[in-house]
Formats: sequence, structure tokens, C-alpha cells
Amino acid sequence: MTENEIVELLAAFMVLLGGIVAIISAYGIITLPDVYTRSHAGTKSSTLAVLLALTGVFIYFWSAENYISIRLVLGIVFLYLTAPVAGHLICRAAYHSEETKDPEQ
Amino acid sequence: MPVQFLLNLLIAVLWVFLKDADTFEFPDFVTGFLIGIVIIFFMHRFFGTPFYLIRAFAMVRLLWIFNYELWTSSLLIMKQILLPNTSFEPGVFTYETKLKTDWEITALALLLMLTPGSVVLRISPSGNEFLIHAMDVKETKPLVLKSIQVYESIILEVTRP
Repeated sequence: MTENEIVELLAAFMVLLGGIVAIISAYGIITLPDVYTRSHAGTKSSTLAVLLALTGVFIYFWSAENYISIRLVLGIVFLYLTAPVAGHLICRAAYHSEETKDPEQ
Repeated sequence: MPVQFLLNLLIAVLWVFLKDADTFEFPDFVTGFLIGIVIIFFMHRFFGTPFYLIRAFAMVRLLWIFNYELWTSSLLIMKQILLPNTSFEPGVFTYETKLKTDWEITALALLLMLTPGSVVLRISPSGNEFLIHAMDVKETKPLVLKSIQVYESIILEVTRP
């Protein structure tokens, strides 16, 4: 087993781990009781899942084809910037619609 | 602050020219940049602003904390999903921040979205009151408040050193 193969195995493991985390987070979005707790599952672990998958692919291309993909790095950066914002907007919309529905809260 | 970085770049480019190689050599540029860092470190008190790399280090630290929080919060939420019989009671609390500018508040909100067990529901129109939803109020509220203090100090280090 050469050094490259070990690194590629590591990358494959990272992609697999990302897939598992994504499945758990999707299961959480279905089973958790209300919008806010669901958004906990939707923001945190799904961000980590996509991040792991992208990092794994990045490492694979680096080791197997000796190619540093700038597009993957950009994907990771924009994932960091946008995933929490999307979660926050969903929460905010839920909060405001609840507020207009029930004025006592 | 940007003046120091530009000067550092200038020193690096000058170093490349002084080396007088046939083509542009990236290692030359790196050595020039390192020499520029040393020069600017000794000269920075004449600019009247703090050394610019301090800010860069603060940014790296912020990024590191971002990653760390992402991992810990994901592990916590996965535990709460997969062991549904662990009892938790969701709830809402407010926090008033000291931060002022839009950038600082945005950064704090991004960090809070990824802190273990907290989601920002809304920010008041005045911009300094966060409404935070916690997965388990009793347990995570003190933890969240403690980590907010850490974030605030690091964000301040980045924006106004």
C-alpha cells in the first residue's frame, strides 16, 4: 500500500462519514418535534456533512491527480458563509409567522 | 493597517527584482515576503497602528473556533437525534451584545448558529439584542453565554485591535 493509496482511503472515509452524518441529520429533521429544534438538525450537522464530503473530494483530487481544485475551496468557503444564514432565515420566518398567528406570545 | 500589508508586498516584489532571475520564481517572492515581515515588525511603531499580522492571527483563531464549534455542536445534535429518550426542553432567551458595527454582529450571529445547542431566532431592529433558541435551556444556557463572551472578545480582536 503506497502513501497515495492511504491518503485516498482517508478521503473516501471522509466522504462516507459525510454521507452518514447527512443521513442522521435528515432523520433528525423528520423526527424532531417542532420547527426550531428541526432547524438545529438542519443547520449544524448538515453543514458538517457537506463540508466533510467536499474536503474528502478535495483531498482525493490532490493526492490522485495532483490537482488543487480552487472551485472546491470556494465551495467550502461559501458553504461556511451561507448555511448558517439559511438556517437563521428559516427560523426567523417561523418566529414571525408564529408571532402574527398568536398575538399573546 | 492595509498600508503595512501593501508595503510588505512591495518589499517582496522588490526582492524578486533584486534577485534578477530570468523568470518569476515563487520561492523568491516568499523569501521577500518573509524579509518584509521582519522589516515591518521592527518599523510598525512608526505607522502608529498595531502590527498587521496580529489581526491575521486573530482571524485564524476565529476560523479554528468556528470549526471546533461546528464539530462539537454536530456531535451533540446527533446524540440528541439518535437517543430520542434523552429528555430535553427547548426554550428561548435573549442576550444583549456589546458589539456595534454590522460586520461584528453578523459574525457573532454566524458563530452562534453553529454553537452547540443554540439557534438565533431574531435580532432586534436596534441590532444589539439576540433572541436565541436553545435545545435544552437549563443545560446549554450557561454554556452558550460563556462561549458568547469568548466570541465577542475574538471578534473585537479582529475588527479593532
